Amino acid sequence: MSNASLPISVSQITKRYGKVFALDHVDLEIRSGEFMTLLGPSGSGKTTLLTVLAGFTRPDGGSLKFGDAEMVCVPPHKRDVGMVFQNYALFPHMSVADNVGFPLKLRRVKPAEIAQRAERALEMVRLGGYGGRGVEQLSGGQRQRVALARAIVFEPRIMLMDEPLSALDKQLREHMQIELRQLHDKLGMTTVYVTHDQREALTMSDRIAVINSGRIMQLDTPRAIYERPKNRFVAEFIGESTFLPVTVAQGRVRLGEQTLRTATPPPADGQRLLMLRPERLRMLGAGEAAGDASNCIDATLVATVYQGDSSLFQVVLGDGTALSVRGASAAGPAPGALLRLAVNVEDTVLLAMEPAA
Amino acid sequence: MNPLGHARGPTQGAQRESGAEDALPNVQALRRTDLFERLGLLALVAPALLLILVTMLLPVGWLFYLSLLSDQGTFSLEHYQRMWEQPSYARTFWTTFQVSFLSTAICIALGYPLAYFLSEIPKRAANLCMIAVLLPLWTSLLVRTYAWLVLLQRRGLINNWGIELGLWDEPLALVHNLTGTLIGTVHVMLPFMVLPLYSAMRSIDRNYLRAAANLGASPLRSFWTVFVPLAMPGLLTGALIVFILCLGFYITPAVLGGGKVIMVSSRIANDIEIFFNWGAASALGVVLLVVTALIILAAARLVRLDGVLGGRERV
Repeated sequence: MSNASLPISVSQITKRYGKVFALDHVDLEIRSGEFMTLLGPSGSGKTTLLTVLAGFTRPDGGSLKFGDAEMVCVPPHKRDVGMVFQNYALFPHMSVADNVGFPLKLRRVKPAEIAQRAERALEMVRLGGYGGRGVEQLSGGQRQRVALARAIVFEPRIMLMDEPLSALDKQLREHMQIELRQLHDKLGMTTVYVTHDQREALTMSDRIAVINSGRIMQLDTPRAIYERPKNRFVAEFIGESTFLPVTVAQGRVRLGEQTLRTATPPPADGQRLLMLRPERLRMLGAGEAAGDASNCIDATLVATVYQGDSSLFQVVLGDGTALSVRGASAAGPAPGALLRLAVNVEDTVLLAMEPAA
Repeated sequence: MNPLGHARGPTQGAQRESGAEDALPNVQALRRTDLFERLGLLALVAPALLLILVTMLLPVGWLFYLSLLSDQGTFSLEHYQRMWEQPSYARTFWTTFQVSFLSTAICIALGYPLAYFLSEIPKRAANLCMIAVLLPLWTSLLVRTYAWLVLLQRRGLINNWGIELGLWDEPLALVHNLTGTLIGTVHVMLPFMVLPLYSAMRSIDRNYLRAAANLGASPLRSFWTVFVPLAMPGLLTGALIVFILCLGFYITPAVLGGGKVIMVSSRIANDIEIFFNWGAASALGVVLLVVTALIILAAARLVRLDGVLGGRERV
């Protein structure tokens, strides 16, 4: 198929519903051929942004470019982007083949070629030979694939996906995540993917834009989003995290009486939040040294929650702050035990002081 | 089969010998419970069934019997024979179908855009508008019909205004003809078209139209290739209801047709009121009933009626 893909340039896109900003002066550069995920809670504006890209929502202002062409005023049927809808939106009065052939028919492709290309697209999603079936006869996963085939059959240079896997059960979803990503790598079209599932975003994306209240909170690679969140919202939304208030004074980061080391030079003086991921904390055995690359925190074990592949240890610090530590599910220390926790300097992330969302 | 849907299927015990079930505890008691539940349901429909029997089935049977009696009270097919031989009967049936067909067509032409509009506006506003659409049904049919007579007659409101405004010079013949009959009939029938159309259109997921646009269909194209087919069950229901109601419509065509537009129902009334000929009237009634039944059957082949009349959900 074609390897042509287009970069997308969003600038200053704004959409208000009454006094609420669904999109608040959003700037976003999506590279040609990139798999970009818009990640955020429901009502964050991620779907609104996608519908602006598709042309279903007219923004109040701003610029949207596919390549060099300004698209913000172009109606949806002239945008030539593929889209997979959340509930697939397969036409119930058409067969599978007619659904997949629909965009080709609109482009005045010859009937023989339509049949051929529709079948080829169905083969690509491993549904070859299903063309004659009715949509109602298909399972959820099969409908999902038909919707995908319909979106790729006319070789659009941009692909939009609105939570395409949310209606599938967990196993199928994880399987389809990998399959979707492989299909993207094969076809090379610029893809914008909307989801509220952080694991899905981390698994599939080249870059993730975390969105909240109509604004992009952070735009980064999955690793950077997880390891180096820029603010409390991103740290809280992605993965598990606990926050401890710390004080920065004269270039030293202090947690209560203790001084912590950080990977990057400490920020300006003032109150900060220390973000800790439960799985990055280690419980040190008796007499075990933390090592040079780690910070050390003293704590008391309160309770252990068995979770199968791991256990969650709930601990409190000297000042009563609660904290979670993830560890092996093999029997741990008894509640009430005094613990020493170690965390790598790399994983000691400082954030601006913000109240919980 | 069993109203609570308890799984008694062969899924698990398929390979076991039948009869093994009897060895289970409480088998008799559970069967009795099933039976009582079914009897309870039957008791709920019994009054309605009785009513239908007394007011529908018995009179229709009586009607059928009367149509087969000659004026002397002997068994004969003379009423049906007369209907076949006299061209005036053919004309009556032709007029009936003409009025019914034209009314249905006009109802579609007026009702489709209206239902479409209602399905596009917010639900609260649509509900208000729907009350306006249904308002005529709350007024007496006779009142509405005579109101039209006042408006449409030779020295009526419309003709007076038209002449005063200089739109036309001579009074138009708006009533006591096909025009008047159609105006009145359409006015009465329109809600029966709009209601099923609106409910079918409301239930169409707008994502289908978005998908069509996304795939390259212009608004007009997506309307014809996606919206119209998906709204088709509603259209067919509305058309069927209007057409069938028109076939047997009496008051409005009789008043606004002024004796010039004679439909089957008027003819039946004449046979009874003027000629006291119950046999002839019954034969006409039977033919009308059979024709209506045939149309419903034909329509049922075209579209699944249970879905149409029950308003099947579309996901």
